[in-house]
Amino acid sequence: MTLLTVNDLWVRFPTRQGVFDAVRGISFELGQERLGIVGESGSGKSMTGRSILQLIRKPGVVQAAEISFQGRNLMELSERDMRSVRGNEISMVMQDPKFSLNPVMTIGAQLMEAYLQHNRDSRQNARNKCIEMLEAVSLRDPERVMDAYPHEMSGGMGQRIMIAMMLIPDPKILIADEPTSALDVSVQRQVLSIMDRLVRDRGMGLIFISHDLNLVAEFCDRVLIMYAGRIVESCPASKLREAKHPYTRGLLNALPRLDNPRTHLEVLQRQDDWTHAALEETQ
Amino acid sequence: MVSVTSQPEEGRKSAPFPAWLRKFLTTCGSIAATMLGLLLVTFVIGRVMPIDPVLAIVGERASQESYDAVYHQLGLDKPLMVQFFYYLWDVLHGDFGNSLLTARPVSQDIARVFPATMELATLGVVIGMFLGIPMGVLSAVHRGTWIDQTIRVLTLVGYSMPIFWLGMMGLLLFYGILGWVGGPGRLDIFFEGLVPSVTGMVLVDALLAGDMDVFWNGFSHLILPASLLGYYSLAYISRMTRSFMLEQLSAEYITTARVKGLSERQVIWGHAFKNIRVQLVTVVALSYANLLEGSVLTEIIFSWPGIGSYITTALLSADMNAVLGGTVVVGLIFICLNILSDLLYKIFDPRAK
Amino acid sequence: MSEQTLKQWLLSDAPTSRMQARVAGLYQGWLRLTSNWMTLTGLIILTALVLVAVCAPLLAPHDPFEQDLLNRLKPIGYDDHYLGTDSLGRDILSRLIYGSRITLYIVALVTLIAPVVGLLVGTVAGYLGGWTDQILMRTTDVFLAFPRLVLALAFVAALGPGIENAVLAISLTAWPPYARMARAETLTIRSSDFIAAIRLQGAGPLRIITRHIWPLCISSLIVRVTLDMAGIILAAAGLGFLGLGAQPPSPEWGAMISEGRRFILDHWWVATIPGLAIFTVSLAFNLLGDGLRDVLDPKDGGHG
Repeated sequence: MTLLTVNDLWVRFPTRQGVFDAVRGISFELGQERLGIVGESGSGKSMTGRSILQLIRKPGVVQAAEISFQGRNLMELSERDMRSVRGNEISMVMQDPKFSLNPVMTIGAQLMEAYLQHNRDSRQNARNKCIEMLEAVSLRDPERVMDAYPHEMSGGMGQRIMIAMMLIPDPKILIADEPTSALDVSVQRQVLSIMDRLVRDRGMGLIFISHDLNLVAEFCDRVLIMYAGRIVESCPASKLREAKHPYTRGLLNALPRLDNPRTHLEVLQRQDDWTHAALEETQ
Repeated sequence: MVSVTSQPEEGRKSAPFPAWLRKFLTTCGSIAATMLGLLLVTFVIGRVMPIDPVLAIVGERASQESYDAVYHQLGLDKPLMVQFFYYLWDVLHGDFGNSLLTARPVSQDIARVFPATMELATLGVVIGMFLGIPMGVLSAVHRGTWIDQTIRVLTLVGYSMPIFWLGMMGLLLFYGILGWVGGPGRLDIFFEGLVPSVTGMVLVDALLAGDMDVFWNGFSHLILPASLLGYYSLAYISRMTRSFMLEQLSAEYITTARVKGLSERQVIWGHAFKNIRVQLVTVVALSYANLLEGSVLTEIIFSWPGIGSYITTALLSADMNAVLGGTVVVGLIFICLNILSDLLYKIFDPRAK
Repeated sequence: MSEQTLKQWLLSDAPTSRMQARVAGLYQGWLRLTSNWMTLTGLIILTALVLVAVCAPLLAPHDPFEQDLLNRLKPIGYDDHYLGTDSLGRDILSRLIYGSRITLYIVALVTLIAPVVGLLVGTVAGYLGGWTDQILMRTTDVFLAFPRLVLALAFVAALGPGIENAVLAISLTAWPPYARMARAETLTIRSSDFIAAIRLQGAGPLRIITRHIWPLCISSLIVRVTLDMAGIILAAAGLGFLGLGAQPPSPEWGAMISEGRRFILDHWWVATIPGLAIFTVSLAFNLLGDGLRDVLDPKDGGHG
């Protein structure tokens, strides 16, 4: 079942030097699956995630033939209707919990706000719901966490709180924008597996945005490779090793591999035609 | 402006004190040093004055004996260090000497005029706060639009106005031509002395006495000078608010709040604004302190019997005790407000604990 | 080199020499500065002010000190007194024009004294640290603790009224923020590697402070001074208004307002016009300072 259809999406920023196209006419679909979007910084992967939620701030402009969620074209929704989609239907976890949690509000207040925004319920029920959710992301002593401030939490705890907060209203799609890049290597796996479990249990769609090919190959069902605002390759995660596009090949060859040790890692040789070439869709 | 806690760690070797006590002591020491310096400066100013304090007391035609007697009595024959300690001793006991103009102790004079200044500055900062903060927020939210530009020009104009001139223009227009407000002074002449002076602030005293006529008359006199000071502090407050807000609005937690589906109003007031509240406390306290200064010229224009006009009048008639006393008091209030804002910062910011 | 190629040379993305990079940087800053109408307005007003001050004898229709008691307090547009006359029958426009010289004189003197003192105190305190730092910064705090106008009042009272003493008093109250700023910058510069390298080459504190730290502090100091200029003008005008600055018959704008104050209800222009002049000049400095800050600190900028 298709949850989200993106068709010919453009994100543009007017600058002094002219219009900069951050995302250039990409199209893809998302079902109840885990879709990875991989690319280097500046490739437009984060912009793609944010434009789905219509969160590109002025002076940026989003244009698309359609971005439809369960048959509703989000491009045509009013700001008010869009607000009931955000959080409630589509949610997003960002890179660094140190910055993505409000430093002067208790964690409880922020969690309850996320729930009460989309549910009419008493504060007591909301609180119970939040505590349940904190337990679901394996946080110990959730009562204490509710009354704590974000700066009292470690990065791994913070990111689990973010995941809990974003899943409380029970959305259908979660966009995870580099959710583990700011975390210690030791807790990355743990956070990812918690997210993975929750997303699967709830039958959600996940868009996992990352620069880490290995991570994406491991956690996702399907992978899109972006370069300079375009999707250059799309393939099942299991077939990533057989990718054809020279950019993807270059990326893979630049990674060290335990099963194939080499004395020298290759350096990515860029070609101008990757930026200009039209995309051949390989869905 | 005065960061009283910026003292670098001193006496790190003296471990027996717990950290908080050491911090507390260094803070106290640093405040005391600042206050001592303040008194030293006023003392030096008093000594370099081209006015002979003895002549001012005994008069031009006094005999040499009576001159010498007063000279000795004032302690002027002692070394400067000793004189400074005498001065310090007196000030610590609230004794600034007698005013030549009023022939009363300066401390009493100041206690009498200070409530007038406080009434004016308080209403001024309230006006500045209630208009300036929303304007700053609005300006930041609509950054770069005509709203932002208008508010920006308005605040720059406020920064650029000679406040005494603006006061005169205000009097000319609202009092002289339109007759909407009361003129100079705190009350019309026939309202004076109707209510007993309890706090020294006309509006409060009138309310305490339940005399609404006096209250409204006092208000009509107060509103124009207070609005001018309010405009002045509005300019400062709204500019600071704007720049704090811009910083917060670009923070990632704002995106989080939007992702949750909150409305712009909730995002701005519920999230971003909560993060600048503590900083705003400092700004408002500073602005209040600055109004005490800005009120010097305003008080003269409006014949407002506050500490600003007290100092200036004393200055023009070479009443040095009054000038220095007034300066010390204003300086002390300035320091105290700074300490207070520092303290509030520590109390209200969860990260500062 | 033709006009078109010069522009291209200045806007090039890939400068070929260090000189080109520097000139191009300045040119692009200049473009940003003048692309904002508010900053441009400020710049134009200030240029006009300097021109007026320089050409005062050519522009003034009358002698600013010439009294004409028969024609006192004449309204705007009377005869050839375009802005009227004051209580002694002197031509207000001419006094205004000559007064611009005093304003510029005050601004120039204060900007020569206060930032230099602040720079000296701040860098020495920051570089030497220890007790020197403690004493110097504590002194700075004391001066910061006074409300500026009140302190200036007390100083003028001690030194005696007059324009030079007013300048001195304003400078004495204006230097502490510069010292604070210079100290903060020095602290960051002091711990950088290149200072360590210079020290290893055997340079003494004097050489390091004057040759390596000062040049780095100057740019931020200039912005701050521009922003403070309006405050300096207002303070000077305030002292003049109180009769503690320039003495009569000097056509200082603040003193002119003070003279006109007695006639405000019947002859409003006498006090209004010099006030407008003060306002215009101080607004111009504020507009320019604001623009400068935008160019140097985009975070606080008004246009995205």
